[in-house]
Order: sequence, then structure tokens, then C-alpha cells
Amino acid sequence: MALNLDSKIPSGPIEQKWDKAKFDMKLVNPSNKRKYSVIVVGSGLAGGAAAASMGELGYNVKCFCFQDSPRRAHSIAAQGGINAAKNYQNDGDSVYRLFYDTIKGGDFRAREANVYRLAQVSVDIIDQCVAQGVPFAREYGGVLANRSFGGAQVSRTFYARGQTGQQLLLGAYQALERQIDAGTVKMFYRSEMLELIVIEGRARGIVTRDLATGAVDVHVADAVVLGTGGYGNAFFLSTNAKGCNTTAIWRAYKKGAGFGNPCFTQIHPTCIPQSGDYQSKLTLMSESLRNDGRIWVPKKKNDTRPANTIPEDERDYYLERRYPAFGNLCPRDIASRAAKVCCDEGYGVGPGGKGVYLDFAESIGRLGRKTIEERYGNLFEIYERITGDDPYAEPMRIYPAVHYTMGGLWVDYNLQSTIPGLFVLGEANFSDHGANRLGASALMQGLADGYFVIPYTMGNYLAQVKPGGVDANHPECRAAKDAVDARTKKFLSIQGKKTVDEIHRELGKVMWEDCGMARNAAGLDRAIQRIPEIREEFWNNVKIPGSGAELNQSLERAGRVADFLELGELICRDARTREESCGGHFREEYQTPEGEALRDDEKFCHAAVWEYQGDNKEPARNIEPLAFEHVHLAQRNYK
Amino acid sequence: MKIILNIWRQKNATSAGKMVRYEMPNVSEHMSFLEMIDVLNEELTKKGEDPVTFEHDCREGICGCCGFMIDGIPHGPQRGTTVCQLHMRHYKDGDEVWLEPFRAKAFPVLKDLMVDRSAFDRIIASGGYISINTGSAPDGNNLPVIKKCSDQAMDSASCIGCGACVASCPNASASLFVSAKITHLGQLPQGQAERDRRAMRMVLKMTEEGFGYCTNTGECEAICPKGIKIENIARMHRDYIKASVLYREETKAGGAG
Repeated sequence: MALNLDSKIPSGPIEQKWDKAKFDMKLVNPSNKRKYSVIVVGSGLAGGAAAASMGELGYNVKCFCFQDSPRRAHSIAAQGGINAAKNYQNDGDSVYRLFYDTIKGGDFRAREANVYRLAQVSVDIIDQCVAQGVPFAREYGGVLANRSFGGAQVSRTFYARGQTGQQLLLGAYQALERQIDAGTVKMFYRSEMLELIVIEGRARGIVTRDLATGAVDVHVADAVVLGTGGYGNAFFLSTNAKGCNTTAIWRAYKKGAGFGNPCFTQIHPTCIPQSGDYQSKLTLMSESLRNDGRIWVPKKKNDTRPANTIPEDERDYYLERRYPAFGNLCPRDIASRAAKVCCDEGYGVGPGGKGVYLDFAESIGRLGRKTIEERYGNLFEIYERITGDDPYAEPMRIYPAVHYTMGGLWVDYNLQSTIPGLFVLGEANFSDHGANRLGASALMQGLADGYFVIPYTMGNYLAQVKPGGVDANHPECRAAKDAVDARTKKFLSIQGKKTVDEIHRELGKVMWEDCGMARNAAGLDRAIQRIPEIREEFWNNVKIPGSGAELNQSLERAGRVADFLELGELICRDARTREESCGGHFREEYQTPEGEALRDDEKFCHAAVWEYQGDNKEPARNIEPLAFEHVHLAQRNYK
Repeated sequence: MKIILNIWRQKNATSAGKMVRYEMPNVSEHMSFLEMIDVLNEELTKKGEDPVTFEHDCREGICGCCGFMIDGIPHGPQRGTTVCQLHMRHYKDGDEVWLEPFRAKAFPVLKDLMVDRSAFDRIIASGGYISINTGSAPDGNNLPVIKKCSDQAMDSASCIGCGACVASCPNASASLFVSAKITHLGQLPQGQAERDRRAMRMVLKMTEEGFGYCTNTGECEAICPKGIKIENIARMHRDYIKASVLYREETKAGGAG
């Protein structure tokens, strides 16, 4: 059965689509809103903002997070900033330009109507956050400050030092806590969603495990919202928090939600290189550093001289050389790949030659140490703490790392997945960033979805269904709970020899080597063969201590890794079938003579949407064709 | 290098705990402190023992999940650093360290080094916000904010809610945490309308949750991984005293019409 991929894009000129959609939506009478219940899974920018906003509207909201507090969601780690088409700088920005940049930056693999709406509501996000007390950077006159950010030629990025994600999340968290106090939102802490409940074709609830006690519970509602983030940890090492996982969206996929473009993963160019086998995660150095830092490698291969002793004319500022118009500010996928090319050719620096320099000497000379400290002080501190080196005195060493996943559950214009009543927001959906996300756009999308889209589209959905009607004793609820219990029992019964992390690292290695910054058919075929073997080993040889009826962190990780082991294969299958290069998806077979990504718009100007067919069966590939009526298909050029 | 770990092991909230000694013979100086415990946990798992439970997530010092006592100091010996950002290069071969959970009445131990800090959420819910519904905000530049105030608000808003201040305080006071939020919002023009209410409610909630009060010991400021200043507490006191004179809860007829 093919998926229904009706994108439900409103008719009319692109500037008016969202207004028209809002007007056409059905409304729930204020006094009826409290009769409807909505489950929100995830408490980050998307989930937290959605739960708070729907609570304000009067719906009964249940919000779930696996951390000990909604304030821990990984949105908190975003450093650089949030884009908005305010044009406060009078430098030529507009809604249309932000829309244009995002479509082009995404290498023409996102839906125009969604992206236009994102640009439209971006301006409201800033207003909302300022009103909540988010301490954005300000000028001496008291107005909001902006900076330019990777891939943009206008200054449209709002920021709160290097902690923008933290401050935006605390804004959403405080709004959420206010609703919790008001009784409109009930918060479930340390609760992980382990199954989606679908009844008569509609998403009606979830099964959760209380991570502190091990209790498995059924929650039913009239609709379910997933704002559960990205799946970068499929690669084991990434800049994601340790807990980030795919489980919520993967469970939904296995219940019939289409998975859009899983292979669109973003490798961030500026991360601290790996130091050893024990490494637990990689740390991002905000892309904002590229505003004042210059990236270079020595012109001589395998040059082991200390950076500061290499004379100016023996350095290759390769981004400035290859992309004179954008230089160090070129988009992430391009900067990452350029670093990989340098290192592969033997110009890399540091242990194993896996690094390039990010140098502030020139900026410190021009602007003074104080200015650089003000702009990036906390980032420099993070770097020094982790590496033990002083970036004021010598250049940072950086290397690309998995950072963000543009792919995710397929959603229509209303952010509804292929399962009616299941809505997906933020990084968890596939919608707005195409094949590459621009810097400072993730925060924008999460908050746009949570504050300004779902409150409308959820109302439209609920207005068309009757509230209530099922409880935890429904056969589907029991079946879902039984499935969770059976899975836990199975995990604990294996008692093999390998730890969860050992197997996760093996998966990560395959993913990074064969489905990382550069991919090819042979490597992907190898990965598609290898991953089921690792999965097989997991289910026969993993060792999980303890029981299910207690706090058990190994068991938590096992559940997540089991899902990554299935998703990993899907990512590779998607990468294998997309026989073109676009954005972060670089297939070595498809490149221009200069080594740039070569799209194939004839064959692949579409979103690939995968449909689950059963365990160990090949999933079906559906497509949603993409039309570009406003931004004309062209090869991206940042030269 | 070799490191000897003495770790507080406690099966659950109701059972008694005890210190258990572990020897780590091959610790790399480049490891983070938590990566060292990861390695220990891998070994324990293979031996069929229960791995050490500790809270962690971002491992970048921003989410506020991690935190336990290392030799009696929350987050360990390095100033301005969460335990996830503490690296083993600050230790030397043969060092012996003692790890315990944060200890406070309001932070019950859940297991090993993990405690329940949900009291912090309830304090924020009591008034640590600006009441503004989605969609009703004026233009962001409508309200200029003096840069110095904005910067001070940001300094206080950097609090990550890890609870180290509570763990370090002889009174287990949450004053630094509460005052950071009161200062963050109180420094901004947007936060003025609810300033009295916020101070009143948050301070009372702090006491109700079982935290002690501030006696100006100053430990909290010394160990705060984000450098939150004790002057925030002075601000909190001022706001609270003012509110206790002036503030009245809303009357029932307040919004009638």
C-alpha cells in the first residue's frame, strides 16, 4: 500500500498561502478546547513551545521528556543564533530573501511553501522570545544586535552570547512551567516514549517507560505530537547529547509514518577532533567562529611544525581560495567536505592528520583580544577545557562531525505525518531544510513549528474529530504495552558478551566510513550488508545488566541502539538509491569537475519517503515530487 | 595513569548506600572525567556487575544534567567547570578520589550518583517566568533594553540548573539558583510587571520545597560552574522584602468584567 503523500499545500500566491490556510482552518470553540487532550513528546524548542502554546489555548496537554527536567532538552546546546527576517540592519533582508537562501542552502530539496512560511513567522519568533525575557545581545542604544552567520550575506542572526539555544529553550521552558502551574499541561519527567498507539488509523496515544521506576504506562489522547529531535547518534560519535535518539520517530515509522530523506544528515565543519577510542561524544565549536576565524592548512603535506611557526605564504586558506565570495562563511556541507578533501590528501594537522586550523590571530590583531573575548569567550573556554590548548595563543584544531539530521518523519504542510493525528515538529520532521541546513535555522524551525504552526493546525485537526472515546484498556493500547514489555524482557534475556556501547560504536564506525561526508555505491552496499550483521549480533550477544523494574541506564541505551541499528540501514538505503549529490548527501560518483555536488533534477527532484513493510523486509520507497516555482533550480554557487 | 575511585553506591532511593573502591589502571589524560566512568561501567557490565548510575546528557557543560561531588566539591576541583568538562589531565598518577551524590533534603538520591532535582522545576513554575501568551508580543525593538541591564540579565540567565549551589551550601539553600532567575527577569523591562509576585512566590516555594535559607557563606558562588554571582542573592532579598510589604495576591474580582 503506497503512502498518501498529499502535501496539502494551500493554493494561491506563496505570500498568501499561510494566511489562506489559517483562514480555511476549522476552529475549536474556546469552551470545547478543554475536552481535547494532546500528547507532546519532547520538551525542546519544538515540543516545549508546542506544549506551552497549546496549554495557553486551553487544550489538555500531557508533555513527556526523558530527561529529569524539560530544561535539559538538547536544543539547549545550540550556540550560534537564530535567524529572522527582521531586516533591522537595513542590509537588504526580507522574508523572501530568507526563504530564497533557505531553499538554495538546502540544495533544492525542501518544499517551497513550508520554507516560505518559516521565513514569514521567523519575525514573530523574535518578538515572542524578547517578550519572554530572552536576553538577546543588544547594541548600546538598547536595540537588538545581529550578526551574519554561515551561508548568509545579510546580518539576520539574533544571538545570546554563544548560548542562544539555552536562552531560547529557557524561554520556552518558563512558558511551559507557567502552564504546568496553571494546570493546563501535565509534565511527565524521566518518561521515555517506547511505542505509538494507533487506533482505527489515528494516532491515539503512547506507551512510556518511567526511567526512574521502570513502570510502563499507557497514555491516550486525541492527538500526538512528536518533537523528539534528530537521529545523529546513529553515528555514535556526534555533537548530539548522549541521550538523543530516534526511538520515538522510529516507533512511529514502524506504525506507518513515512520517513522522509533519512540520508540527509549534516556534518558540521567546526568540531573539536576526536582524541581517543574512549571518546563519548564530539563537541561543536559554533559556526559563528567562522565570522572572525580563518580556516587553513599548511601547503606542505604532513607538515608537523607548530602552527605559529608556519609562515603566512606556506598556508593554504583553502575556503577563501576556492570560494572567494563567501570564503570562510560558505555553507556547512561545503566547508565540511573541503576539510575532508584537505585531510584525505594529507594536508591535515594534529594526531592522524584529522584536523584543520581555525585561526584567530588576524582578528585578534585587528579587533583586539577584548572584542574576540566578548564575542566568543565561552567558546574559547570550552575549547581550552577540552583540549588543554589556548586558542588565543595558537589556532584551534577542528574537524567535521555529525551534527544535525535534515531527514525525519514526512509531514504535510500542517506538520501531520502519514498517520492522521500524529504531528511531527522540529528536527524530528523532514520538512524545511532540504539536503542541508543553514546555520541558525534549526532554532528558527523548532520555534516556528512549536509556537506558530502547530497551535493552528492542531486546532484544525481536533475540530474534525470527536474528543475521547478510548482508554488504556483498548486492545490496541494493551497490545502496544505488551510489545514494550516483551521487548524489555527480550533485551534482558540475551545476556551475551558485548556491551550496548560496543555495538553502538561498531554501527557508528560503519555509518561514518560508508555513509558519512562522502558516499559511494560500493561503500553503501557494504554498509547495507554489514548493518544487519551487527543487528544480529546485538540481538544475540548484547549484555544488559539489571532488571526492567528499576532505574537501568544500560536498558535505556539498549532500546535506543536497537532502533539505531534499524534506522542505520534505512539511512544507507536512502543514500544508495539517491543517485545524485545534493547538500550534505555527497555521492562521489556525482560531482562536477571542480568537486562540487552535482544534483540530478531530472530523476531526484523529490523527497524520498520510506514506508515500513515489516522486520527484515525491504522498505518501500515512495516519492513526493518537489516543484520550484519561485526559486529556480540552479547549481549552488558560493564562489 | 592509575586512578583510584571510591564511589557511592546506592541501589535505590530507599536502600542504604556505601562507598565502593574501584581501581582504574589505564586512565588517559585526554579523557573527560565522565569518560573514565564510562570505561569503568563497560568493565563492570562485562563482569556482570551493576554499572554506576550518574546523570549526564550534553557533555558540553550546558544542559545541567551532570553533577556529583568529587572529594567533597560539586563538579570537582576545577573552577567554572561542570564535571562533564573536567578532564583527567588535572589529575596525576595514583590519585585517589571520592565520588558522592549531591546531598540535600530537597534532592533525594535516586540511585548511586543520581539525585532528583525536580524541586527546581517547581520553583520556576511558581513564578520564574514572564506571563506572555504566544502571539501577543509587540515588536522586539519596541522596548529598548539598556545594554548593561541586558548583559547582567544574560549573566544571571546563564544558570544551568545543575544544583551544585545547593550541594555546596551548608544550609542546602537554593538561593543562588532562585536569585539568578529573579535577577535575570528583574533586570529587564519586560519582567517588571510581575517582579513582586515572582520574588514572593519563588522565595516561599524554595522554603516549602525544603531548601534552607542563605547565611552568606559564599560557597555557592565559589563552586558555580557558570560563575553566577552572590550579588544576585542580595537582589533577591531586596525584591523579596519589597514584595513582602507591597505585594498582595490577585483579588477575585481583579479580572471580572
